[in-house]
Amino acid sequence: MSELALTDDILMQVEKPARYIGNEINSVVKPSFTVDIRMAMCFPDVYEIGMSHLGIQILYDMFNSWDDVWCERVYSPWPDLDKIMRERQIPLFGLESQEPIKYLDFIGITLQYEMCYTNILQVLDLAGIPFYAKARTEEDPIIMGGGPCAYNPEPIADFFDFFYIGEGETKYREIFDLYKENKEKGGTRIDFLKKICSIQGVYVPQFYDVTYKEDGTIGSMLPNIPEAPVHVTKNMVEDFDRVSYPMKPVVPFIKCTQDRVVLEIQRGCIRGCRFCQAGQLYRPVREKDVDTLKRYAVEMLKNTGHEEISLSSLSSSDYSKLPELIDFLIQSCGEKKVNISLPSLRIDSFSLDVMNKVQDIKKSSLTFAPEAGSQRLRNVINKGLTEENILHGAQMAFEGGWTRVKLYFMLGLPTETSEDIAGIGDLANKIAATFFDVVPKEKRREQIQIVVSTSFFIPKPFTPFQWAPMCSAEQFLDKAYETRKGITSQLNQKRIKYNWHEADVSVLEGVFARGDRRVAKVILSAYQKGCIFDAWSEYYRNDLWMEAFEENQVSIDFYNTRIRSLDEILPWDILDCGVSKEFLKREWENALQEKVSPNCRDKCNGCGAMKYGCGVCVADRSIYNDEETIAKTGEVLA
Amino acid sequence: MSEGRIKVRIKFSKHGVMRFIGHLDIMRYFQKVFRRAEIDIAYSQGFSPHQIMSFAAPLGVGMESDGEYMDVELCSINSSEDIVNRMNEQMADGMQVLSARVLPDGASNAMASVAAAGYYIRFRDSFVPPQGWRKVIEDFMSQEQILVTKVTKKSEIQMDLKPGIYDFKVSSHDCTDCLYLMVNASSSGNIKPAMVLEEVYKMLDIPFDSFQLLITREDTYLNVGTDEKPEFLPLDLIGEIV
Ligand code: SF4
Ligand code: SF4
Repeated sequence: MSELALTDDILMQVEKPARYIGNEINSVVKPSFTVDIRMAMCFPDVYEIGMSHLGIQILYDMFNSWDDVWCERVYSPWPDLDKIMRERQIPLFGLESQEPIKYLDFIGITLQYEMCYTNILQVLDLAGIPFYAKARTEEDPIIMGGGPCAYNPEPIADFFDFFYIGEGETKYREIFDLYKENKEKGGTRIDFLKKICSIQGVYVPQFYDVTYKEDGTIGSMLPNIPEAPVHVTKNMVEDFDRVSYPMKPVVPFIKCTQDRVVLEIQRGCIRGCRFCQAGQLYRPVREKDVDTLKRYAVEMLKNTGHEEISLSSLSSSDYSKLPELIDFLIQSCGEKKVNISLPSLRIDSFSLDVMNKVQDIKKSSLTFAPEAGSQRLRNVINKGLTEENILHGAQMAFEGGWTRVKLYFMLGLPTETSEDIAGIGDLANKIAATFFDVVPKEKRREQIQIVVSTSFFIPKPFTPFQWAPMCSAEQFLDKAYETRKGITSQLNQKRIKYNWHEADVSVLEGVFARGDRRVAKVILSAYQKGCIFDAWSEYYRNDLWMEAFEENQVSIDFYNTRIRSLDEILPWDILDCGVSKEFLKREWENALQEKVSPNCRDKCNGCGAMKYGCGVCVADRSIYNDEETIAKTGEVLA
Repeated sequence: MSEGRIKVRIKFSKHGVMRFIGHLDIMRYFQKVFRRAEIDIAYSQGFSPHQIMSFAAPLGVGMESDGEYMDVELCSINSSEDIVNRMNEQMADGMQVLSARVLPDGASNAMASVAAAGYYIRFRDSFVPPQGWRKVIEDFMSQEQILVTKVTKKSEIQMDLKPGIYDFKVSSHDCTDCLYLMVNASSSGNIKPAMVLEEVYKMLDIPFDSFQLLITREDTYLNVGTDEKPEFLPLDLIGEIV
């Protein structure tokens, strides 16, 4: 093990020194002279969050499986260390080598949520790398970005050399080969960036010029070199069953958010909820074979020693072989005393039975995400869950001994009225009433507890709601107030607890989600004023952000509350995420007409993802509709 | 201990960057080691069964050790060597399992047995007082009392370190000059080596900086004598290699 980058006195005074020392089980150290490419994967948040991210584990494993590449990890130093590093001018280092990341060939930054944007600048700053891609020299690493926020990278486009659009497993080998070739020939970084424009999914922001109209909207966004394509198309794993998956994920020493084996059972989602970006970006849904998953589970538990395993997917209940997989896990994990943690499944007899086996009912709660308070609005958002489904599910659960229910809603959805908001309190009340109906007094082990949580709706790119105006902070808070009033006026209000999100952060997230390149300077000024870790409420400084917007004369309303016309050029229009704009428009119209659309398994909606020729688009739909599967997975509850 | 279970005392060392992994995380680390090594460890009953293990005197963050102990219960065992080898195949850099001994029935657990711990102390800047360490230690130990104030969450208590210092001398462990200190490490009278050094610095009237100390625990001891006439033996003296 090489020397640590931080001295003992520093490590002894910061919180959780284990965040910075590397050496974890299954972390990879290679002799640096044996590799051609040195890189780091970065999650711009604290170690415990970053280490819990499956995507980085997948890519870290894939990169290190290549003999000519050594991939390290780097996370945002927590504010305590951040301060010391600035004072003592210690450059940011990779966990594995403990060497400055400034000297690496690549740094790949994963963009999982908008509120990490100032942390990207923190990482670059501490590393000693210029913020702007155009200011970087041949000595600096190539900064690449990927992940869901890369689907509208414009607000941070100036800070990146290139974005990788789509699933990471597919094109990095080609990119690295071109890098080596370019280096051998003595090419510059610009030569390299030009070369990789020919690779699907590569978006090099500096090769595109944006012009704006008088009203502030985009006039054009066009390549400024012949090599850059007019549209950049996302990459997608077509053979999802055989794509590489980390059999030896890194095992942290300290407790992390995700401290368990994670089995990704499928990617994508069949249900096009209209507010949901993930549901569109990862189309079409693709499953892993159940036998593959069984093998992975055994091997990964053996290689990590984790005491828990969980399933990962957008909507696990839709996995076609779920009962078989869970039976297997219950059996083999039971022997090894491994806990199974289930992601929120649709509540039905099957899931209740399973939860009963793997969790302590007394401690667990039921989760429903109706997202909207009325059937009308649920139709608008295409959320197939009905009140009848929920009450029936709750009834079964109460009979089975559960007493805690969590309900998730969104406020500020398109077309929302006061009646829709009133529906939230009504529904919570009906659930409480169901409890009193089905559980006789003498059998009430515990009182019913309902927790209602609301978040604020933020329109996201590549969803049918990408054109929708977003509410202002005041409107959001009015709606939260109305929701609370609706709850406190209920008969069973004492049994219902209500939580809502911060409105300020949602407003900011809205700007970043649909912003353009003019937002970059706001992010840089906010960072320079001291904003980092914006996703952490204790560090979030709304006052500084507002100052940054004002000083740079960037209007929040322009990005959030303005009504966009369907023919406006959107900042992310040069990207092609697989679903067509026509489809999104059609779905937007359907939403306004309160019409629901079927899920991909019932019927294809012609979203455009068919061109990838895989997954549910080409599957024989009868396999999903066989009687036994329906009976087991309980299709009653969509 | 339940019927048919084998109680095993495992001795291990902790060096290098692992000194920054705290006690609770070391426990979690070993739980995963046992699973990876596929050792037939016993679990508690109940909804979330956990491995039955108990650690002797937890080591402070920043210190290294050649003598850490934990007791575990196993359902079956091939041999001591097999346990040691299998665990060492699963170690992180800096950790090593040194021995595994089966304890006799009725042996008290590692935690309860601990009476003392020995430490080697080096100085980052190779500090040596002008009069030499031998003289300093002599002066220090010739004091009648060494009173310190121990600040706990609830109260401040006065405590005399002297009776808890069992040995304090200059040593040449690993061919480098260092100090050797053996102190009380029982749950009731535990003394941290830095506490003693702080008093030494006070006596010398020089400012104390705990980051200057490089401390390695040499071993952990049980007392087979009496309180008045203690006789210390390493924790792995009991039990046998199988
Ligand atoms: S079920 Fe709806 S909200 Fe959930 S991932 Fe699928 S589309 Fe998104
Ligand atoms: S092409 Fe049809 S089946 Fe395929 S993802 Fe789109 S809507 Fe679903």
